[in-house]
Amino acid sequence: MTTTEPTPQREKSRPSSGTGTRGTRILGISTIVAMVWLVAFGLGFSPADRDQDEAVRILYVHVPTIWVAYISFVVTAVASGIYLFSKRKSLGWDRLAGASAEIGTVFVAVTLVVGALWGRLTWGVFWQWDARLTTTALLFVTYIGYLAVRRLDGTHEQRARRSAVIGLLAVLEIPLVHWSVRLWRSLHQEATVLDTDGNTDMDGLMLFSLFVGVIAFTLLYLWLVLHRTRTMAMADILEDRGLDQALADRRAESDEFDRRAGTAEGGAG
Amino acid sequence: MNVWRLARLVARKDLQIEWNSRVLLNQVLPFAGVTMVIFAFALDSDAVLERVAPGLVWLATMFSMLVLVQRTFAVETDDGALDALRVAGTDARAIFLGKAMSLGAQLLVLEAVLLLAAVVLYRQTVPVGGAVLLVTTSISATCGLAAVGTLYGGLAAGFRGRETLLPLLTLPAVAPVLIGATRAVEAALGTAGAVVSDGWPWVGLLVVFAVAFGVGGSLAFGPLIDE
Amino acid sequence: MEDAGFIIGSYVLTFATVGLLAWRYVRVGRRLAEQVPDEDKYWI
Repeated sequence: MTTTEPTPQREKSRPSSGTGTRGTRILGISTIVAMVWLVAFGLGFSPADRDQDEAVRILYVHVPTIWVAYISFVVTAVASGIYLFSKRKSLGWDRLAGASAEIGTVFVAVTLVVGALWGRLTWGVFWQWDARLTTTALLFVTYIGYLAVRRLDGTHEQRARRSAVIGLLAVLEIPLVHWSVRLWRSLHQEATVLDTDGNTDMDGLMLFSLFVGVIAFTLLYLWLVLHRTRTMAMADILEDRGLDQALADRRAESDEFDRRAGTAEGGAG
Repeated sequence: MNVWRLARLVARKDLQIEWNSRVLLNQVLPFAGVTMVIFAFALDSDAVLERVAPGLVWLATMFSMLVLVQRTFAVETDDGALDALRVAGTDARAIFLGKAMSLGAQLLVLEAVLLLAAVVLYRQTVPVGGAVLLVTTSISATCGLAAVGTLYGGLAAGFRGRETLLPLLTLPAVAPVLIGATRAVEAALGTAGAVVSDGWPWVGLLVVFAVAFGVGGSLAFGPLIDE
Repeated sequence: MEDAGFIIGSYVLTFATVGLLAWRYVRVGRRLAEQVPDEDKYWI
């Protein structure tokens, strides 16, 4: 005799292992290959500089890191703007803004430290208060602030709105800081030991190494931002699920309480 | 109701509250005074103090402003007054402008006191020729500071970490004011050979800053504090 | 030659930081991915 069985629970397919896709694997491998090239050319094939000697080799990682930081912050600003001004406020833009800002902040930090090492070799000092360094330092602190705002309590939508506003205010603040610092330092020419515009006369091979570095780090940025955005999406989902679960638990609790209370009085009812 | 009219009402309410609670008088001004004194302990040289006095005045202003903003917004948050205003449908721009005006007025008082302290403690003199520059600098710098303070003060107000969040957001943002106002006051006072005409470009910067954050702040305030 | 130290140090610092960041992202990604069903993963 055939029995009608209830539809079996759809077997949940084993969840995929991470945030990787074929696209990111290709991206990842390209990044590694490019990095190998960078090291080979940066530390090996490219010549020493006329003025800076071997110290110029640091620039092949230093310039790409600040380049990535700038890209990151532009992406954050654009994504913030899109989130804030679009009708359908898709949180994906907020997550992209956040992921990009996080990556950018790390890269600014690396830039500042490596830049200090470079400065020690070329200028003899780890730091000087010129326009570029000062602005970069303030850039770093500004985005630390942005990340702090992202961590404030609230719903995802609140987080998104606040961060988007802060992200756009950063676009306002950074130029103001830059101009004021430029104006300030232009009055103190004697403080600049070496022209930090870095107008080093670069020959072909050096430019190529720099180019490889920029390409490599751009690929790296793309890889990082994709993974981080996906992770943030999952974190948001789990947070929502956790909240739903907590609400469901509370409801079950109160239902149970009502039920028990009803049963206790039930005799007369 | 017109935004400006509403803003004036908000400003008047805030100043009334300040008058009653005396936060500026009892808490912030003493703090500012103490700061000016301990600068002298740290720097230990009359010559150095004289040279850096304008900078110290503005540093003391910045730090005192953080205390002032925290206290002012604490009053609001404790009673949920800010939320009540918003729920009542008050234009966020008016709230922002009103609060900024009130904060600005208090900052002007603070700055006047600090300047007096600098005259007494750091041997500063105000040449007649520099007085106009001094006043203009103070007003334009204050507008910018008030805008930034109100904006980030409003954001930080509702949260546990506000004591650290407010300085973190505010100080990098007001760096241009610190740079510009100090240079302008140095020019007004003739510090280290500066002349009054050196100061006016800086006032220009301060005005641009004030306008940028005045406009930006009034637009950002609503979305930032809305829950 | 102290220069070499600084230069190698710069490269090591840069790649180490980047590597740590990447490793952290992948690790957290793997941990969360176990708890989130595939249909919620928009990249699949």
